[in-house]
Amino acid sequence: MYQYLALAAILFAIGVFGVLTRRNAIGILMSLELMFNAANINLVAFNKFITPDGLTGQIFAIFVVVVAAAEAVVGLAIVLLLYRNWKGIDVDHINIMKW
Amino acid sequence: MLEKAFLIPLYPLFAFVVIVFFTRWKERLSSYISIAMVTVGLVHSLVVLIQMIARHGMPLELSRTFIDLPEIHLELGIWIDPLTAVMLMVVTIVSGCVQVYSLGYMHNDPRWSRYYSYLSLFTFSMLGLVVANNFFMIFIFWELVGLTSYLLIGFWFEKKSASDAGKKAFITTRIGDLGFIVGLLILMAYAGTFNYQEIFAKVTGGEVDAGIVALAGIFVFCGAVGKSAQFPLHVWLPDAMEGPTPVSALIHAATMVAAGVYLVARAMTLFAGSEVSSMVVAIIGLTTSLLAATMALTQNDIKRVLAYSTVSQLGYMVMALGLYGVDFARAMAHHGANFAEHFHSPGFYAGTFHLMTHAFFKALLFLGAGSVIHAVHTNDIRDMGGLARKMGITSITFFIASLSISGIFPLSGFWSKDEIVATSAGHPLFFVLTLLIAFMTAFYMFRLCFMTFTGQPRDQERFDHAHESPHSMTVPLMVLAFLSIFAGWTGLPWLKHNFATFVYHHEPYHAHANYLLMLVSTVVALSGIGLAYLMYYRGAISPAAIGERVRLLYRLSFNKFYFDEIYEVIVVKATLGLAAVLWWFDARIIDGLVNLAGWFTVKWADAKQLFDTYVVDGAVNGIGYVCLAGAWILRLVQSGSVQLYTLVVIAAAIGIVIYRVTPGGFLYYLAGLLLVALARLLTKMLASDRVKAEPKIEG
Amino acid sequence: MDALGTMFSDLISDLTAQPVFYLLSFVIILSGLMVVTLKNIFHAAIFLILTLFSVAGIYILLHAEFLAAVQVLIYVGAVSILMIFAIMLTSELGSQRIRQSNEQVLVGIFVCAGFLIAVFGSLQNSVWRVSPDALPGNNILTLGKLLMTDFVLPFEVVSIVLLAALIGAVVLARQEGS
Repeated sequence: MYQYLALAAILFAIGVFGVLTRRNAIGILMSLELMFNAANINLVAFNKFITPDGLTGQIFAIFVVVVAAAEAVVGLAIVLLLYRNWKGIDVDHINIMKW
Repeated sequence: MLEKAFLIPLYPLFAFVVIVFFTRWKERLSSYISIAMVTVGLVHSLVVLIQMIARHGMPLELSRTFIDLPEIHLELGIWIDPLTAVMLMVVTIVSGCVQVYSLGYMHNDPRWSRYYSYLSLFTFSMLGLVVANNFFMIFIFWELVGLTSYLLIGFWFEKKSASDAGKKAFITTRIGDLGFIVGLLILMAYAGTFNYQEIFAKVTGGEVDAGIVALAGIFVFCGAVGKSAQFPLHVWLPDAMEGPTPVSALIHAATMVAAGVYLVARAMTLFAGSEVSSMVVAIIGLTTSLLAATMALTQNDIKRVLAYSTVSQLGYMVMALGLYGVDFARAMAHHGANFAEHFHSPGFYAGTFHLMTHAFFKALLFLGAGSVIHAVHTNDIRDMGGLARKMGITSITFFIASLSISGIFPLSGFWSKDEIVATSAGHPLFFVLTLLIAFMTAFYMFRLCFMTFTGQPRDQERFDHAHESPHSMTVPLMVLAFLSIFAGWTGLPWLKHNFATFVYHHEPYHAHANYLLMLVSTVVALSGIGLAYLMYYRGAISPAAIGERVRLLYRLSFNKFYFDEIYEVIVVKATLGLAAVLWWFDARIIDGLVNLAGWFTVKWADAKQLFDTYVVDGAVNGIGYVCLAGAWILRLVQSGSVQLYTLVVIAAAIGIVIYRVTPGGFLYYLAGLLLVALARLLTKMLASDRVKAEPKIEG
Repeated sequence: MDALGTMFSDLISDLTAQPVFYLLSFVIILSGLMVVTLKNIFHAAIFLILTLFSVAGIYILLHAEFLAAVQVLIYVGAVSILMIFAIMLTSELGSQRIRQSNEQVLVGIFVCAGFLIAVFGSLQNSVWRVSPDALPGNNILTLGKLLMTDFVLPFEVVSIVLLAALIGAVVLARQEGS
């Protein structure tokens, strides 16, 4: 089981790195998807190895997928708006909250 | 009535109160009230005298204690003995005459009511002085008399000379009063009481040391020196002539100045025990008398002559009393217990008798002078002359008084002056000088008479305007003239009971007629009158020529032996100089200190203000500045970059996780974070030099 | 289909579990790295699709066949396409020179490293009670039953979430004035 968990951890770390580092807004969203997937792997692994009686983990993972999808939709809509207003989606330049 | 004698002083006091509070604006009423009260006092005094005679001179004492503590015992009371009774009569008679006289003399004066209120107050003070039974009380009234005399002398205070004279009188007598107080304190300290009789009992009983008695006597005499204008405190009396003439008559002839003599007579026991103090008294009396008589020779102001005459006569009285004391003390010393057989000094009798007679004829002289002044409006006798033709009553009464004072048989003055001469007979120097003084007295009095009333008028205009005075003024003159003639007959030596058996100190004195002395004194008096007659009536000897011959003496006499000038320098200038020095000290040093304190306070306030501005305000501002600086730095956290925020959140979450997992590793984590942050800052700073190739994405 | 899937997975799991796992892991990690680092966002999207496919393979290894299908259908089929659409719409494909990584790279590496160390450390130290039981045989059937009985509420709620997302996206993305 450990290998699955390790894999999930690495994937999650990669996703975090991407969120922190990407300048393109869509890039950030993609990294975010990676993180969701890492979490899902964890859930399913736990389900198989720790509590195989029910399929709670998998159900959870399904829900995660669905919600992640919804969230990606909304996020992309926002990105479209950003693009309209600032003619670019470089998050470094979207800093009107600056002091 | 005798027991109610304390009322006698209260009658004029009542008049004073009524006038001051109620009748100030009703002037004639004020004068009538005053005269009425004096008259009542006179009647009461007469009753007292009669009762006293009936009692054969047995004294009466009544007193009320008002402070009774172990340390001090003060009482108010009366002591009526023959001396007191006589004094009461003298005071009330003279005061009454003066008040009636003032109706005419002060006729148009705007401060009429005030004048009468002062007169009443004075009469009250004098009467109280006379009836007092202890030294404390007599001192109270002593001061009151001094006060009222100040008020009356300076009555016309618009004249600077008058107000100055009032001050001079008060201050000079005050100096004497200082000695008086010291004497009183000595008596209190050694005898433990102020009461006359208690003190005298202790003195005669030998409970008080003789030296102390002598000392006390001398100090008490100081008061008399001041009040009776003896040398050296005589300087105020001539200046006091600035007051209205009736005032001069009352105060400076008959009553106030007599208070000193009365005091010596009353306290004779103190003097009688000590030859030294008595001799002091006698010498001062003699000196005064001689000095004043010489000064009177050359004066041209009618009142001045009379003033010096008063001083001289008072000196006579004091000398007589002093010589009595000397004789008494000597007799006591030599003969011990039975000295009475060897003691025959008429001094006490002479002094007190002369006090009475002098009061009458001197008052008459002054009132007469006032009448003259009222008529010719001048005091200078050189402007007068021949007034006998115009002013009959005045001139006749004046002559009578002059004869009396010169000691011509059978007027009052003859009997009293004769006794004084007799007193001095036991002391050769005194005897000779006494006769000399008698000569001078006769001379200057008749010089005055002749220059004023006889001969040709030297100022015709004044002469033309002169007229006899109204009845209010002439009636008192006549009354006093009567007394000047006959009052002295109470001292006739052929009477079994006369003045001397009534008023005595230790034992009644039995006067006997010494015809030789009578002859000698008459000769002396007549020669004095004769010289004056020659010089001024007939003009046979020229006064100017004599004045040239003894030029120095003349100048000394005329300028009052420069006493006033000497005092001016010694006393007045010294006091003013001291006052100036003290003022300098106060203004410069004391005020300087105060100002320094003020300056210092101001500077201190400035320093505090500096402190407040820079330190306190600086601290307050500093805090604000630190806040601003901190905020300025902290705001850099808000970079507006969402990724930075995300980074922080994730780093913190991971930090917590690491902390829970490996507490030690957390520190490494923190360290690593710091390193990386620093590295980022460094790269950012270095990278900012390079030109960024990114185009701005603005659309 | 279901029986076949189970058979297939059983077969694979019995014979080639480990090597397949390593292969898949390798692909996942590599493509993941690509996703986060490539400058060309389009290429990154392609690698994202590869990653998602591989993750589906992992699910199969873990006997979650339905989930693998769902993964492919939704993630690969819909979300990735959506991403590509968005990339196209907001493209700056012309400017290849733009850096895609901002200055937080170093910090990010450090943080991730820290995270990994923490996780591995905890993995080392924790004891899992591994259960030897097998999963329920009929995966889809069981899932369906569960969804309708135990998890019906989340199921409904999720549908509402989807609806909300749909409407939200439409509202956000519509043109002004249209």
